[in-house]
Amino acid sequence: MSQSGKPTALFKNLSAKIAAIPMVLTALMVFVGCSVWTIIYSFTNSRLLPSAEWVGLDQYERLWGTRRWLISIENLAIYGILMLILALVIGFLLAALIDQKIRFEDGFRTIFLYPYALSFIVTGLVWQWLLNPEFGIQNAVRNLGFETFSFDPLYNPDTVLYGVLIAGLWHTSGLVMCLMLAGLRGIDEDVWKATKIDGIPAWKTYIVVVIPMMRPVFITTLVLVTSGIIKLYDLVIAQTGGGPGLASEVPAKFVFDMMFVSQNLAQGFAASTMMLVAVIFVIIPWAYLEFGGKKHG
Amino acid sequence: MADVTTNMRRPSPAHASGPKPRRAFSRKNIMIYSILFVLAVYYLLPFYVMLMTSLKGLAEIRTGNIFAPPMEITFEPWAKAWATVCTGLNCDGLSRGFWNSVKITVPSVFFSIAVASVNGYALSMWRFKGANVFFTILIIGAFIPYQVMIYPIVVLLREIGLYGNLGGLVLVHTVFGMPILTLLFRNYFSSVPEELFKAARVDGARFWTIYFKIMLPMAVPIFVVAVILQTTAIWNDFLFGVIYTRPENYPMTVQLNNIVNSVTGVKEYNVNMAATLLSGVVPLTIYFLSGKLFVRGIAAGAVKG
Amino acid sequence: MQPSVSIQNLKLDFGSVSVLRDLNLDIGQGEFLVLLGSSGCGKSTLLNCIAGLLEPTEGSIHINGNNVTWSEPSDRGIGMVFQSYALYPQMTVEGNLSFGLKNARMPKDEIKTRVARAAEVLQIEPLLKRKPAALSGGQRQRVAIGRALVRDVDVFLFDEPLSNLDAKLRADLRVEIKRLHQTLENTMIYVTHDQVEAMTLADRIAIMKGGVVMQLDTPDVIYNKPANKYVADFIGSPSMNFFDTVLTTADGPQVSIAGKDVSLAGYDFTRPGVSGDVWFGIRPEHILTGEMAGAAPTQFEVRAELAEPMGAETLVWSSLDGTALRFRVDGQMKITPGDALLIGFDPARASIFDKVEELRI
Repeated sequence: MSQSGKPTALFKNLSAKIAAIPMVLTALMVFVGCSVWTIIYSFTNSRLLPSAEWVGLDQYERLWGTRRWLISIENLAIYGILMLILALVIGFLLAALIDQKIRFEDGFRTIFLYPYALSFIVTGLVWQWLLNPEFGIQNAVRNLGFETFSFDPLYNPDTVLYGVLIAGLWHTSGLVMCLMLAGLRGIDEDVWKATKIDGIPAWKTYIVVVIPMMRPVFITTLVLVTSGIIKLYDLVIAQTGGGPGLASEVPAKFVFDMMFVSQNLAQGFAASTMMLVAVIFVIIPWAYLEFGGKKHG
Repeated sequence: MADVTTNMRRPSPAHASGPKPRRAFSRKNIMIYSILFVLAVYYLLPFYVMLMTSLKGLAEIRTGNIFAPPMEITFEPWAKAWATVCTGLNCDGLSRGFWNSVKITVPSVFFSIAVASVNGYALSMWRFKGANVFFTILIIGAFIPYQVMIYPIVVLLREIGLYGNLGGLVLVHTVFGMPILTLLFRNYFSSVPEELFKAARVDGARFWTIYFKIMLPMAVPIFVVAVILQTTAIWNDFLFGVIYTRPENYPMTVQLNNIVNSVTGVKEYNVNMAATLLSGVVPLTIYFLSGKLFVRGIAAGAVKG
Repeated sequence: MQPSVSIQNLKLDFGSVSVLRDLNLDIGQGEFLVLLGSSGCGKSTLLNCIAGLLEPTEGSIHINGNNVTWSEPSDRGIGMVFQSYALYPQMTVEGNLSFGLKNARMPKDEIKTRVARAAEVLQIEPLLKRKPAALSGGQRQRVAIGRALVRDVDVFLFDEPLSNLDAKLRADLRVEIKRLHQTLENTMIYVTHDQVEAMTLADRIAIMKGGVVMQLDTPDVIYNKPANKYVADFIGSPSMNFFDTVLTTADGPQVSIAGKDVSLAGYDFTRPGVSGDVWFGIRPEHILTGEMAGAAPTQFEVRAELAEPMGAETLVWSSLDGTALRFRVDGQMKITPGDALLIGFDPARASIFDKVEELRI
């Protein structure tokens, strides 16, 4: 063994390369390969089976002329914006409350986070039951004597999204709380001492000092919550099935139905490509803020 | 952000960084506890309602109040949900979905963690040219909506004869679990002192010996975190289950949704809630047993590479 | 006799940064060589190359005549001791000691014998069943040495092994390593940034800077006859005083310091006959004071500017003709800033370097 020559580049570190084969295959075949495949076939007229007949941008024109797709996009936009704002606000408030050197901190944290351990299907079904107008919250309040009380968001096309939102927030705000709490704990205790000496009230310290210091936590949370919003599917399936009518349709469900129910593959491909484009618009500013900004700071 | 995990491990009350310590019964304190208490009730309410509904008879549900405890406790809805409720033509209850989920989750958790841990180890200690390119693609891939990739994967699985099998679904879970788990393990192994790795190489250990004899025993806590993370995620999965398996292999989530949202027959709300609770038993048990490790698992998702 | 370790034309680049530049070094059988330098000088990199943990860009490494440049670390006949001990935390001391032997598929009873022998040499027998977490820093480092010892290697490599220990323990273990070397008579290569360790342990010291060996010689020569200004400045604490002056040879070799001609008749020239602009260096401990100064060949009158009492002696900061000057006086002498002092030195103990390449004259 002592007189071996310089190993060739390919066999250097061979075991590590073999161990990395699954990663390489996943990266190239699935993440790059499958995405590119879908994008390419979105320019064909595939219906039941993938077809190679090129139709240019026809599928996209048709997609943007489809009422159901437009509703899905609008729904996701409304749900997404409200979800982001409310999840961040509620999550931060929960974290700030828990961070007040309280007793039973672990107990409260456990309670706020447990919905996150449940599936979206379970979440959707529970809230479907709670929001059932005949037997749920509405009924319970009416039984108390408020005969005209009305709370049935899931059965009204104008409010169904807010019903889904309530369930979504119940599921996700605990996660945001956890991330925010970690951020709050990462702030030096001396900051609090300094602001106390300067006589700055606590609420002002949060807004002026603490929140700006937690910028990276907010950005990471934003990205995590956003990528969850775009994937929104199971919750809608379980809670409303997209109804009433088309009132709670979302893009992920549109894609699924086009591909596996309506036998309109290329529409599904075009719609999922649009989802990818949307994600890229989220990721690029984030990557810029996270990695581009560091060079200057 | 990289210190999210370490912060989580701090003993909490002593290190809480809130404005100032206060006396036990100050006015502010009472306010904080009241708010927290009300919020806790809001978060617990769905669970409470699920449990109460599942223990009532149908007649009582129709006439009563969902928040009221059952006047007469019955376990019949649970029995029915587990053993006899029908989905399509099968009338053997959710137990079928439960065992399917076990058959899906156990190998998926095992393979995804086995692959990702070796991967993270290779990336942190045996860096080779180009490794970081693939790792970057992997992490970016975690943000691609699944909808973009689901159909071509159907085509791929059909090609290799795994479409509709449990094997195919296990493969899909292994692939999609890879980014977050690889990140988790890579970050962990990067924190292991490099000299330990060097010492093992001087002692004549190679790639696999170092992995199995040195790194694996050291990394037990992070393996536990990974198992918690993956078991919960795979057990709760709906989308992959519905696409890549056939009805007889449907996981619990898919079967549950089919039972509750079926349009035929009388709606048995008590059975539905029992079924819903049954589907939540596994992740909830893991959640309550794992405590802070669960939190570490989610925090891992927030730690960038 | 062939060298134990021979390094030829070794180069290592990390991207565009050269860490080792064309390095040549022969280490004799049973020699204790210390690689000394400040951080970033390439000393640890060189040691890692010898160990096989880093691959050189060019050049070769031979151990006992075998070209091991591309061999696995375990095939080179080396053992290594690390700064952070690098003990396997989940194994007992015994497990740590035997891990390398198990990897080499050595028979079980042979492993047992060797572990027992190493434990005896290092006096760690009572610790064999313990885990590293239950050991003190000194005990851990002994186990780390034992791990190299059991493998019965030709060459021991030490990478700053004492830097994580407190001062007292460091001194104790230093003596032990020296004793170990005397007993085993192995070749040892020892990386440190601590000159005391280097001076006390080494047969020869290689002083490195910027990936190049600046001087390779015995501690005595390195201290008394540094080959260049960098080495002169690096070795010794506080460091050498340097006067910017001119060396003339017309009336015999002499320099001018603070207006006085200082004759270099007693100076042992490495390059006789050289003249011109030079650095004239004299160590603080070679500057005499009091009665001794009166007997010295060269004498000056200076004023104390600052005194740092250190117990046995006091370090005095002063200046001579605009050049900062440090020297030691007896700790019993009370020095107040402004005191006038007579100092003197023997020019034969000085070191003189040209100002172009800063090499010894």
